[in-house]
Amino acid sequence: MNAMNRRACLLGGLALPLAWSGCAAVAPDAASGAATADSALMGTGDLGVVIERASGSLALVNTSSRRLLGKVGGLGDLSHASVVFSRDQRYAFVFGRDGGLSKVDLLTRRLVARVMQAGNSIGGAISADGTLVAAQNYTPGGIKVFDAQTLALVADLPAPIDAVKQPGKLSRVVGLVDLPGRRFAYSLFDADAICIADLSDVAHPRITRLDGIGRQPYDALVTPDGRHYIAGLFGEDGLAMVDLWDETPQVRRILGGYGRGEQPLPVFKMPHLRGWAVAGRHAYLPAIGRHEVLVVDTTTWQEVGRIPVAGQPVFVIARPDGRQVWVNFAVPDYHRVQVIDTQQRRVVRTIEPGKAVLHLEFTPRGESVWISARDANRVTVYDTQRIEPTAELALDAPSGIFFTARSARLGF
Amino acid sequence: MTAQRLEQTPQGFGLARVLGGGPLLLAALTANAAAPMPAPDVSAPSPARRAELIRMVRQDCGSCHGMQLTGGLGPALTREALADKSLEGLAITIYQGRLGTPMPGWRSMLSEPEAQWIAERLAAGFPQEGAR
Repeated sequence: MNAMNRRACLLGGLALPLAWSGCAAVAPDAASGAATADSALMGTGDLGVVIERASGSLALVNTSSRRLLGKVGGLGDLSHASVVFSRDQRYAFVFGRDGGLSKVDLLTRRLVARVMQAGNSIGGAISADGTLVAAQNYTPGGIKVFDAQTLALVADLPAPIDAVKQPGKLSRVVGLVDLPGRRFAYSLFDADAICIADLSDVAHPRITRLDGIGRQPYDALVTPDGRHYIAGLFGEDGLAMVDLWDETPQVRRILGGYGRGEQPLPVFKMPHLRGWAVAGRHAYLPAIGRHEVLVVDTTTWQEVGRIPVAGQPVFVIARPDGRQVWVNFAVPDYHRVQVIDTQQRRVVRTIEPGKAVLHLEFTPRGESVWISARDANRVTVYDTQRIEPTAELALDAPSGIFFTARSARLGF
Repeated sequence: MTAQRLEQTPQGFGLARVLGGGPLLLAALTANAAAPMPAPDVSAPSPARRAELIRMVRQDCGSCHGMQLTGGLGPALTREALADKSLEGLAITIYQGRLGTPMPGWRSMLSEPEAQWIAERLAAGFPQEGAR
């Protein structure tokens, strides 16, 4: 596309859409000048981004050629960053720790819009229709919703802890996900609550709040069918689940007391639930304070097994076909990744992709998985059938990896 | 609360007050047996170890407190944010964790003097990586 962009500029921009923003940034692929028809057009279905956490830049990658395409900088503090994609898979919305929300064009490899929307932010979501981008914030606690085209603020939804007992005090928001119908669900770490915000009329958002869900929800997920929203609890054993298909959604405790009577281990990093693992009828979830992955039957929501693993699980992610589940860990066990075979329900392989593995992302069909090792300054691509490395990319302190196929998945 | 244990210290009440612990923390502090305080900084970490500790604080503590230590799920650890906190309270929190919160004790990865060293550096404004 960059080649096309460059050529188009030379030709005076004939018959091009309005969105082109100029010719100055010529990316490596275009620099050769070989602006043939073949190289001029490019899809985005096999593109992705990797957060370079120390330098605050976004590395754009191609998962077919397994190459770095270019970098986009100036995105602020990306020490805890997450990304969602527009439904045409052209734009990445990057949520930075410092409250910056950036919109990056993957084709022109440019930052096209950026707002500082909070003091301390943790992630975001995009509505199913692609029109709304929501950010979840710690400071000020709440969510803010933006027009996905312009990043103009369309709704500001603070998250009061308790408007009567603690007036003006806001809760940090975790576990924000999109739901069908221009709705978002999120959890309040400081208020032990789950909120469902309906923005079908953005001028008049309607919030349904469920209180007393359990202590300190730290992250959450929505099942692929959009039916169940599940928040992990730090302050007690178990998870809080809401059946969103109920007329009047209510919270139900699942896996209550999974560590009862046993000394919990220190949790040196909070698990993330978002990249969650559903394999067939079973869900695989990280235990808190236990070096185990919990296996849950999603029809009964009963625990059906536990798998001992090498440390405190952080991400527990299923290969898209559900045959394998890959797990990484908190410090000091974060040089390892373990692969669970879901038929045998046990760890079948332990690999060491480098020190400080922070994230992993499967390609859309799952033939490969990309794994970032922060302290090794590299991303390693593994063939998931053989569980062997097949490519390596040198990147500066890589953390989160996000492929454009996320745009087609609810909750991503 | 099952997430972490925090052992009693002679400064239990003072620590709870300084760190803003609620009734739960006070109860726990008064209920448990005594544990040693981090010793004064008699054996400062070597330069190589200091670099490791700085990286650990920025990167690993940073996953909750932010790489710039401006806070996240954990509170901000900037010099300004810690202005009214006692050094020994900070060192205890680092070494033993803080009951009722997600803050774990880092004793399996740090010595007491190292926890003390980190507390001192935090209170003074924590160095960037690459600094000594």
